[in-house]
Amino acid sequence: MTAPPKLDSTSPALEAVGLRKRYGGTAALDGFDLRIDRGTVHGLLGPNGAGKTTAVRCLATLTELDDGRATIDGIDVRRRPGAVRERIGLVGQFNAVDDALTAKQNLVLFARLSGLSRARAMRRADELLDAFSLTDAGSRAVSGFSGGMRRRLDIAASLVLTPAILFLDEPTTGLDPRGRATVWQAVREVAAAGTTVLLTTQYLDEADQLADRISVMDRGRVVAEGSPAELKRRLGGDRVAAVLADAGRLDDAARAIADAAGSEASVDTDSRTVTVEVADGAKALAPIVRALDAERLAVDDLTLRRPTLDEVFLHLTGDVVPGAASETTAEQHADLETR
Amino acid sequence: MTTTPPPAPIAAAPGLRDRRPSALREGWLIAGRDVLHWVREPWGLVFGLAFNIMLILMFGFLFGGAIEIPGGGDYIAFLLPGMFALTMLFGLEGTMTAMAEDAKRGITDRFRSLPISSASVALGRAIADVANSALSLGVLMLGGILIGWRPTTGPAEIMLGVVLLLWLRFALLWLGIFLGLTFRGTSATTAVQVLVWPIGFLSTVFVSAETMPGWLGAIAEWNPVSATATAARELFGNPTGATSGWLSEYAVLAASVWPLAITLVFLPVAASAYRRLRR
Repeated sequence: MTAPPKLDSTSPALEAVGLRKRYGGTAALDGFDLRIDRGTVHGLLGPNGAGKTTAVRCLATLTELDDGRATIDGIDVRRRPGAVRERIGLVGQFNAVDDALTAKQNLVLFARLSGLSRARAMRRADELLDAFSLTDAGSRAVSGFSGGMRRRLDIAASLVLTPAILFLDEPTTGLDPRGRATVWQAVREVAAAGTTVLLTTQYLDEADQLADRISVMDRGRVVAEGSPAELKRRLGGDRVAAVLADAGRLDDAARAIADAAGSEASVDTDSRTVTVEVADGAKALAPIVRALDAERLAVDDLTLRRPTLDEVFLHLTGDVVPGAASETTAEQHADLETR
Repeated sequence: MTTTPPPAPIAAAPGLRDRRPSALREGWLIAGRDVLHWVREPWGLVFGLAFNIMLILMFGFLFGGAIEIPGGGDYIAFLLPGMFALTMLFGLEGTMTAMAEDAKRGITDRFRSLPISSASVALGRAIADVANSALSLGVLMLGGILIGWRPTTGPAEIMLGVVLLLWLRFALLWLGIFLGLTFRGTSATTAVQVLVWPIGFLSTVFVSAETMPGWLGAIAEWNPVSATATAARELFGNPTGATSGWLSEYAVLAASVWPLAITLVFLPVAASAYRRLRR
């Protein structure tokens, strides 16, 4: 038996200051800072190419940093990568499980490689299969698994030693909605068990759903950090959105709503929606309804909501999020708005 | 979806190991993964062997009658040790494909994120591939006996012959690991599959170097595969086809030194290719 890892309870689970990593002419990490407190789920949000995967790979000791200082559990990532590997779990973008092996064989292999005896590895594998609802599939080859099952197995394989921090690099990319839901549930259970999680995602709703705090990343650095609610608050007011029954009268509606709210309204022709930003949504709603009624403008839907993270992201980076906007479905938006 | 209370086991295991990190133990565990592959998908193994057996039958019975061996002797007895050596060369492909696949699928990254020695992954590959080749060699030797090949020397010489064959396989491992880590595309695997052929044929595996034009014979003599093939013939008591030239006298020495040289060159190269993954 080796000595138990010393836990320095005052240090954060992860701290990174000024990380830099260049690939040829491009800076994948360009002064990246991050701090994650113990027992929290931290979302690292950004479009493709923002540097999320590079950040995770550097923090998980897979890729060498050019510059900067990073510690995990107070241990320096660059000076003591071996000690860091004792304390991390990594779920990369690919399903790093062996297709030809059964789920249990995979878990036993990774558990034994992590230093468990055969007997303990077998017990640990059974526990993890049970925890991730894979017991029935335990003796089946992974090649027959659905995307969501593979991901859950991948997460289970990263938890054999109960890491100080679990890295999840885009855990739901490429999954169908059902697979995504089961992985979300798995992440929630991991977080509820007290494991610190760093989750990268390009799905704004995913970060909103799972993370306690979010760092928004763009071009190799963090451009904003806060709780989901804080990030939304930074954008100021509420939104009132009206979906018109008659697409031909969108401009009339925009004028009426802008007058009633006292601020500029934006029109989205595709969804027949007029949106206006107001300081106090509850107070603004009544005049807007009266103005619409006076102009005899029929609405299919009228909602009052906080800004979505899509809007936060657009506001912070001035960029359209590639992929995320089109892949975040209307239902997920609706889901977000009701929260 | 119901939100059930989290099952405790996620966090139940204390972060304690029962075993100290040891490259040998870890390499052994990683090699064990290959054994599970063979059991689950034995067809790759079977077809690889079927191909070698086909070559033996083709050359042994189809072309063999027309092939003269300098110094005399039965062609089947001459061919078999050559085929053993060629099988060691063909193993290169397997090593390369396995390394490239694991790197592509993120399994290598998973290993690299574990608290294991940096030598364990290569060691696992080495153990698995040498074991695989030893198994193939055993099957080919039994097959050879069925068609009339016989080792005629004592157990010590036969053992040394087998060891020298596997020694060549071991040396080529590092080349395979280097190639697999450096070129991960399927086109690279195809390129190696194609290039292995001229290397295999430009040797004394199928015919003696003495039947070739002088310059070509010289190339064939200097081919490491020829050294191992000739040494195996000598040690198994089979016709060597080498009546003159340095290889006829120093085959066993050459079969010992060539793989050593290959290892000395490509082991560091493979190690640096593995370290390059960190970039």
